[in-house]
Amino acid sequence: MPPKNFELLPKAGAEGDFLEVAMGPQHPSTHGVFRMDVVLDGERVVKLKPVFGYLHRNHEKIAENTTYLGSMPYTDRLDYFCSMTNNWAYALSIEKLAGLAVPERAEYIRVITGELTRLLNHSCLIGFLLQDMGALGTPVMYAFREREKILDLFESLSGSRMMCNYMRFGGCRCDLPAGWIEEAKQVADNFPRFLDEFEKLLCENEILMARTQGVGVLPKELAINAGVTGPMLRASGVNYDIRKVDKYGIYDRFQFRVPLGDHGDTYDRFMIRVLEMHESAKILQQALKDIPSGPIIDPKAKLRGFRPKAGEAYGRIEAPKGELGFYVISDGSPNPYRYRVRPPSLINLTILEDMCLGNMVADVVVILGSVDIVLGEVDR
Amino acid sequence: MDEGLKSELQKQGIFTTTLEDLYNWGRKNSVWPLSFGLACCAIEMISASMARYDLARFGAEVFRPSPRQADLMIVAGTVTKKMAPQVVRLYNQMPEPKYVIAMGACAISGGPFKQGYNVLKGIDRYIPVDVHIPGCPPRPEALLHAFMTLQKMIDKQKLTGKDRARHFDPEAPSEFPVPKFGAHDLEPTNNPGVWQPPVLARGV
Repeated sequence: MPPKNFELLPKAGAEGDFLEVAMGPQHPSTHGVFRMDVVLDGERVVKLKPVFGYLHRNHEKIAENTTYLGSMPYTDRLDYFCSMTNNWAYALSIEKLAGLAVPERAEYIRVITGELTRLLNHSCLIGFLLQDMGALGTPVMYAFREREKILDLFESLSGSRMMCNYMRFGGCRCDLPAGWIEEAKQVADNFPRFLDEFEKLLCENEILMARTQGVGVLPKELAINAGVTGPMLRASGVNYDIRKVDKYGIYDRFQFRVPLGDHGDTYDRFMIRVLEMHESAKILQQALKDIPSGPIIDPKAKLRGFRPKAGEAYGRIEAPKGELGFYVISDGSPNPYRYRVRPPSLINLTILEDMCLGNMVADVVVILGSVDIVLGEVDR
Repeated sequence: MDEGLKSELQKQGIFTTTLEDLYNWGRKNSVWPLSFGLACCAIEMISASMARYDLARFGAEVFRPSPRQADLMIVAGTVTKKMAPQVVRLYNQMPEPKYVIAMGACAISGGPFKQGYNVLKGIDRYIPVDVHIPGCPPRPEALLHAFMTLQKMIDKQKLTGKDRARHFDPEAPSEFPVPKFGAHDLEPTNNPGVWQPPVLARGV
């Protein structure tokens, strides 16, 4: 493996053994407009420079010029797979800022939609990861079949498939429609069956194991030092799940385990997601069983003319990709003075070069896939 | 050809067609899109090609990662000013005949991010767009509808004559200038041959 901080780049005209390749922004993998400038020695990566900003949509600046509630639909478009968890993280930080309480039924609805989001994110991610490895079609097709079932639930709940815009400060926008819980129960009960099928198809697949085991190893210390969170951190063997650490919402009421990886390689990152889906399905079954009736929004919460007191708050949740946090400073006006997103994908991406160095160029796309990035969130 | 005669011949087991119809029929049923996703809409584009919506019914399931092999560019998502030159370059690399679908509010006008300093207010400023789909993001059904609209358009294209299709006209441009970064904005800010700012009519 070449030394780190490898600065020796081939100069023009030199008899270089190195080849510089720009991968992206348009490339066959399914991770959006992201460019990697890779320096290759033969087929080994000796240097990798991620270039992003191709989807910079001024999310934070727009949020500072609009009302608190007006930013809610924009949070949907941060990580466009997981609009529900984005809404939740934003609502949580504003609730901290304004000191709003959330009724019990709304908390349950949040847990249910959040875990459904985790299911759809992880299953789609695995599909895309396999697609990057050359399994064109089938795994993505299976994943999207399940995704459509979950999106049907979201659509009947919020009116939109992807961009739900469902959470509000102090609760949720509207109550569950009639029969929704039964449908959600059906999805949650059938999901483990899909997972078993998926696992039988993939987990012991020889090609998948050859392509992923020992590839893109992320050591524990580096993961902690780089601030990596979510499934990537747990794949490196660090027991850190904000659902357990913060116990935000009502997560202390549910029985679930936090799967941990051993080697921190791409295969572990893949398996962590599979195991997390099992746990999410368990949480869903418990939440759908115990959901109480009652109001869904704090009656004190004001939607129009919402002006929280001056102050600052940071709310964070365990989004499917890692710690998603919103830091908001209020100066008492209807707009936030400063609005900052802590995007898990961007921070998990910072160690991409460390994971790729010394690997084959063909593995770079696989490693990138296992990081689970969404460019809407990376660039914002 | 006379429609009555055509159906009379069909009863006798003789099928007649014109070269134009045959050519367009073949083309419209095997449009190969460029697998080119920019943002949120790309996910809906992928779901349109998956099991439930099944774009393959229209002969368009072969998503090609290389512009050299693609006929149709689905601009799915927000085009930022950093990405716009690449989008135009990809379009230029596609061989004629080529078509563009602008999918979603961002691609047609900037959408919810229109006020942003880094967002292009519609890809039709630089390349000719055949079908616009509103929505944020449009449902996969909307993409299917756009696709059928495009098929109808292809079906009507003429091979000869004054109003013949663009790829038969040696005068018509098939490549468009790639914008560059200027001091404040992309330069030029639009391609006047393709797009002009709307004229406001006041006091009518």
